[in-house]
Amino acid sequence: MTLIPPPETSVDGRFGPYGGRYVPETLVAALDDLTTLYDGVRSDPEFWEEYHALLKEIVGRPSHLSEAPRFSEAAGVRVLLKREDLNHTGAHKINNTVGQALLARRMGKTRIIAETGAGQHGVATATICARFGLECVVYMGAEDVARQELNVYRMRLLGATVVPVTSGTRTLKDATNEALRDWVTNVPTTHYIIGSVVGPDPFPRMVRDFQSVIGVEAKRQVQVRAGRLPSHVVACVGGGSNAMGIFAGFLGEADVALVGVEAAGEGVTTGLHSATLTAGRPGVLHGTLSYLLQDADGQILPAHSVSAGLDYPGVGPEHSWLRDSRRVDYHAVDDNGALSAFQQFAQLEGIIPALETSHAIAWILAQRESWSPQDLVLLCLSGRGDKDVAHVAATLAARP
Amino acid sequence: MITSSESLLDRQWAALREARRTALVPYLTAGYPTVADSLDALRMVDSYADVIEVGVPFSDPLADGPTIQTSSFRALENGMTLERTLALVAEANLRAPVVLFSYLNPVMQYGVERLLQDAERIGIAGLLLTDLPAGADRAVEDPILQSSVDLIRLVAPTTVASRLAQAVDGAQGFLYVVARLGVTGVSQDVAQGLAQSIATVRAASTLPIAVGFGISTPAQAREVAHLADGVVVGSALVDVLGREGVAGADRFLGALRTAIDTEAP
Repeated sequence: MTLIPPPETSVDGRFGPYGGRYVPETLVAALDDLTTLYDGVRSDPEFWEEYHALLKEIVGRPSHLSEAPRFSEAAGVRVLLKREDLNHTGAHKINNTVGQALLARRMGKTRIIAETGAGQHGVATATICARFGLECVVYMGAEDVARQELNVYRMRLLGATVVPVTSGTRTLKDATNEALRDWVTNVPTTHYIIGSVVGPDPFPRMVRDFQSVIGVEAKRQVQVRAGRLPSHVVACVGGGSNAMGIFAGFLGEADVALVGVEAAGEGVTTGLHSATLTAGRPGVLHGTLSYLLQDADGQILPAHSVSAGLDYPGVGPEHSWLRDSRRVDYHAVDDNGALSAFQQFAQLEGIIPALETSHAIAWILAQRESWSPQDLVLLCLSGRGDKDVAHVAATLAARP
Repeated sequence: MITSSESLLDRQWAALREARRTALVPYLTAGYPTVADSLDALRMVDSYADVIEVGVPFSDPLADGPTIQTSSFRALENGMTLERTLALVAEANLRAPVVLFSYLNPVMQYGVERLLQDAERIGIAGLLLTDLPAGADRAVEDPILQSSVDLIRLVAPTTVASRLAQAVDGAQGFLYVVARLGVTGVSQDVAQGLAQSIATVRAASTLPIAVGFGISTPAQAREVAHLADGVVVGSALVDVLGREGVAGADRFLGALRTAIDTEAP
């Protein structure tokens, strides 16, 4: 298996018109340095050898590909599961933090910062920092700190400092602002591990490359198991890192349909959703040009989803380009759909999926009547749902 | 002689040089603390200022510290937008040249060409886009460079020699030198090494230099005035305006003006 990621899709840091580097001047030099370093290691087999050795050692990769017999029957199509939920820390997020921590070490940076919404990326960052002996500071919206007590404690247990962010809407986008403010202040000693395929160049392509291990592994595994390629690859999209990771293995296969599923929250017409590609407009946030939830004056609107990991008003710039160029189809599933898929999947397969992933599961179920007999679906099971159990219990209990 | 290629800011700096005067460049967030007080504050500031920076509020001010963040959120609650900021500046009818200070997204949604037309009509002198470093997007930069509105560029402590040439290439009006790493806000000491940074920038560009980020006391303003052509006062002014109203801000700016105009000891 080749260790170097699939061919680069961006040109000068842009995917079509999207991406770029819209940051305060103070960060330009750091991004230049990071780009130079990354462009150097991207084609360096030794770097990827070290990376994959760590993924095996720390994360437990390669992750399994499993059948989903009872769910397949319910969905009316054979579905194969790429089991990122079985990774150490319970989601795909750690693939990226391992890679970026390696880069930070090469740059001689001893302090790591990160933003986190539900806490999964924060935990994955704190984990690799503990392993590498790096100082770790995680910014988290004060609202999320209150909602995700357990993950806050996990991060602190792993030696990280968790900083509650009280400005703006007190959620993920504000935590990202605060992380960027920290980076502007401490850039000589600090590396910012962004948790998704967002932010200024080179982050969207770098995070995608570190997550492309999902797609590269899955493609080989599906071929071995089924003797063919999947007809559809389905993944949930918030910022979009698990989706970019699995899509990266199949972008060059024109016959493989790629489907990204966003969070429609309480419905895309209610204003309470996170369906950026479905209902947003292009604009600039957090250093990149991409689809955004915004008002007519260019102010960013708060996102909403039952799943904290999809609760972001932006999306990775490569997704924006894949949407416009129609290589990927994007759909949206609402809170109710995700909650019901969450329960159904648990009872059919004995796997509690993350609420994020449950959106993709719901979309597959909803296509029940339209599959062809020769279809074969590959689902990125991006994380496990243990983190969501208390929230789902409370949400369902509050329903009439 | 004033030539047609000279901008409003070029003329202002020439006049300042003639008068051997260091520029005082106050920053205000449009629509803060209220829309009406914001208009009064602009007019008050105009009696001390040589250039006025008017901040367009944004929901995600990632280059700003707590003071400007708070003023931006309050201004948004007050209904301030880019369109209303332009109307406010037009209504204030200021003597000092105005530089609009904005994040890119509100400008992008308004339309760059449309903004430039409106800005030219109102007589806005310059545009500073916090999250648009030099060379980041020609489609935005080129129309500004070709308009009569100057594109103001920032130079940071981390702007290395090779980058400096690019950062100042095509810069107009003046250069805004960021005195220290970090976001906007007050600080105890004006950064070490500022004299060296200014010397480096002067070697790369003949444009006037205004220094900002962290200047909050008359003593700091005087110190910077000895090194730079202009002194930017943002967070400290916005802070006083929020706490003590227009009258308090008036006293504060008066003290800064006196400090800047006092000859070096």
